[in-house]
Amino acid sequence: MSDMIKIDSLEVEFHVHGQIVKAVKGVSFRIPAKKTVALVGESGSGKSVIARSIMGILPKSARITAGEIMFNDPGGDGTVIDLASVPVDGAQMRQIRGGRISIIFQEPMTSLSQLHTVGDQISEALHLHRDISPSAGLEVVETMLSTAGFPDPKKAMKSYPFELSGGLNQRAMIAMALVCQPALLIADEPTTALDVSIQAVILKLIRDIQAELGMAVLMITHDLGVVANVADEVVVLYHGKVMESGPVEDIFQKPEHPYLQALLAAIPNFDMKPGERLTPIREISHRSGPLIGDNDSDTGPSAVANGAPLLTLSGLTKTYTTRKQNLFTSGPPSHTKAVAGLDLEIRKGECLGLVGESGCGKSSVSKMIMRAITPDEGTITLHDRDSDTDVLALDGDALTDYRKRVQMIFQDPVKSLSPRMTVIDIIREPLVIHGIGTRRQQADLVQQLMQLVGLDIRFLNRYPHSFSGGQRQRIGLARALALKPDLLICDEPVSALDVSIQAQVLNLFKDLQKDLDLTYLFVSHNLAVVDYVSDRIAVMSAGRIVEIAPREVLFKNPAHHYTRRLMAAVPYPDLDRKLDFDLFTGSGTSGPADWPAPYTIRSDQPMAQLDLGEGHYVLAAPGTQPEALFP
Amino acid sequence: MLRYVIHRMLIMIPTLLVISALVFTIIELPPGDYLESYVAELQSMGETVDEQQIAFLREQYGFGAPAIERYFQWLTGMLQGDFGYSFEYRLPVSEVVGDRLFLTVLVSIATILFTWLIAFPIGIYSATHQYSWGDYGLTFIGLLGLATPNFLLALILLYFANVVWGTSIGGLMDPQYLDQPWSVNKALSVLEHLWIPVVVIGTSGTAGMIRSLRANLLDELQKQYVVTAKAKGLPRNRALIKYPLRSSLNFFVADIGNLLPRVISGAELVAVVMSLPTTGPILISALQSQDMYLAGSFLMFLATLTVIGVLISDLLLAWLDPRIRLSGGSSA
Repeated sequence: MSDMIKIDSLEVEFHVHGQIVKAVKGVSFRIPAKKTVALVGESGSGKSVIARSIMGILPKSARITAGEIMFNDPGGDGTVIDLASVPVDGAQMRQIRGGRISIIFQEPMTSLSQLHTVGDQISEALHLHRDISPSAGLEVVETMLSTAGFPDPKKAMKSYPFELSGGLNQRAMIAMALVCQPALLIADEPTTALDVSIQAVILKLIRDIQAELGMAVLMITHDLGVVANVADEVVVLYHGKVMESGPVEDIFQKPEHPYLQALLAAIPNFDMKPGERLTPIREISHRSGPLIGDNDSDTGPSAVANGAPLLTLSGLTKTYTTRKQNLFTSGPPSHTKAVAGLDLEIRKGECLGLVGESGCGKSSVSKMIMRAITPDEGTITLHDRDSDTDVLALDGDALTDYRKRVQMIFQDPVKSLSPRMTVIDIIREPLVIHGIGTRRQQADLVQQLMQLVGLDIRFLNRYPHSFSGGQRQRIGLARALALKPDLLICDEPVSALDVSIQAQVLNLFKDLQKDLDLTYLFVSHNLAVVDYVSDRIAVMSAGRIVEIAPREVLFKNPAHHYTRRLMAAVPYPDLDRKLDFDLFTGSGTSGPADWPAPYTIRSDQPMAQLDLGEGHYVLAAPGTQPEALFP
Repeated sequence: MLRYVIHRMLIMIPTLLVISALVFTIIELPPGDYLESYVAELQSMGETVDEQQIAFLREQYGFGAPAIERYFQWLTGMLQGDFGYSFEYRLPVSEVVGDRLFLTVLVSIATILFTWLIAFPIGIYSATHQYSWGDYGLTFIGLLGLATPNFLLALILLYFANVVWGTSIGGLMDPQYLDQPWSVNKALSVLEHLWIPVVVIGTSGTAGMIRSLRANLLDELQKQYVVTAKAKGLPRNRALIKYPLRSSLNFFVADIGNLLPRVISGAELVAVVMSLPTTGPILISALQSQDMYLAGSFLMFLATLTVIGVLISDLLLAWLDPRIRLSGGSSA
């Protein structure tokens, strides 16, 4: 098979504020026709820059300074074009761009124009490259949309991107990229922003269309699980240089370069032994100070053993009312049950993982615990040493006191820190709000908190923009710890971080929990991450806890239909355990309507948490025999 | 759609009522009334004042009646198309304003067109060539335009127009055409004079618009969908016009509501300096002499323009932006 793309010693420079930054330093690799090549690396390794060099859509500050990108179009007459040297705005390049080589991006929600219909944007791509009548074009676009998995292509044509979910937007992007049947599809982290089961559906879609159209795919990703499942060849990048490249079997079975081995060791997976630690690519050191107090942590095993509850949620429901209407017509209000009778117990000193896909209601639960929203029904009880407190009835000073005890860490490290405050002010703010200590004492505590999360105290007067994502997340952690909370709610704290940084932050979470005897509610959609940090894991779907168990039990022995499906969608960085793509047809999401008996939720009978022993509970019809769940 | 438009029209009624009450109150606020200023003016010129005539006038125009009563008289009059009587001109308000209204509208429309024609290309150029010499140069000129006081610019341009082209100073036409019926020559003379007030009134608006268009377009150009459009193979200009430019138009459309009254009222000082036969100077003198009905009706005219302008921009926004059209609506 001939090489469709052959990149030879490519170098790309960025001119930023008078400085020259080399983003790509002499990269060479090939993309054979009809094959999938995975480009792997951390953020900043130059993956996307290479993709954009191929497309000729580099930002203005970037320039290709050396090397060539030879493109031999298998559908063309055999002439080879150097994409690095043809004028990027010339007719030849424009014809290739979008016609012969297409790209899809990471953020499906922002990749399409919100002001134009999906049909308009896709047809535009078609008519740019094909001489085709408008009515014939419409048919082509409709066929493409239905290939991309839209159940009702006619309706999708007239939809605006903001009316569609993230998964559907990504399908629309794919339809747009493929409508001209390109020879090469560049997929730039196409599933990173999506839930794990949608990810499986999108990967399957790309694979199916690839087989149908006979195109090549350049898959850019940092997820080695995705690589193992789709790639034929792998190129590993680090700091703009190729570390390793070759067929996927070689890369996974005998990784030669230490960088790839390190990358593999930094990713949590389900085969880790209890107590096994991730090895981040760059370790951080941190230490505790006297003001933070090691919470007499040497007095024996943490409180998980005795299982004393800290917070009990019982029968929580929350219904959101939205009106299906627009500016010119009003419609009947529709009710969405975000949380539907949720029971959960958070025990002192444990890390309780809460897993679920977007829209399952997990954020609503954490907001209810924070008292940011009020449930329609149900109770939240805080257990102290000798008394119980009804959290929902708190107000005034009692509520302020409660807020001190529950702190939150947010998903987005950029948006959760004020860009106009210095780090010292950010970490000190909770102390100021609650009037704790003198200015001097506050400053001392802030310094110790910085060291606790492994940041240099010389950075205290800097502003958040001068920190990386992982460092910002550690600042957020320091802020949350300033009040010495009993419960820390972590809402997807690592999902915006790179794999290597993710390992750092996860290890920090684990160490601090042990040192400070903290209790975590760790909310995430990443099963492997939850598996790594949690003691117990609760799986949430459609506003209910469908299954809860200690971590070593749950993923070894999942009982609920939904949990099993979720597990099946996780790509492993292991060639012997590939995803069963045939499971993922249709929309990819699994709702209560798809659950077979005895998991079917019926309105005429309440469901029960079935005890499977070892603290493993599953939501099923009352009276179901445990044996029936494991055929 | 129709429901929404009717709903919006109905809302305009209470809005205008509240504005009319405010206008009336503000005009009433200074002590005294038109007749007192009139008497004071006569006395200061050393003329004798006929007490009987004043009392007659006071009776005639209902100055003795309580404010509430006069307010409702004015209001009901306006609803019937009777805008009251100007004391100063001793003519019905509609006759005083009527003739000048045409010229005002002419100057305003010309100014708006001038603003758009200049601001759009420059704004787009500045945004797409950020930090280039062209951008810096145009930005500098724009800031100069923003900073120069209108009346100063007016005097400078009048001087040069007179010295270089011999255009007569002041007014919107050569003196010989004043009070003449419209003819081709008169229209040409108007055109010859028109460009100065248009440039003067439009300069700061143009400069402001360049700045906001540049800022809005720069924001949009950063966005991912622009890269998507390029990745499709769209030629650069077509991609620019269809996607980011269209998105950055929202601010511009939302501004239409303010445009008409700003152009008309912003032109008052300039109109005084250049002695333009537009409505601006009338408003100023009416406010000075407490010519109640003239000033009040004029302010109501501006308010109505604003309210209609806002309605137009709301409808245009809904038409342009599907996010507003489809996901908007009251949250109640």
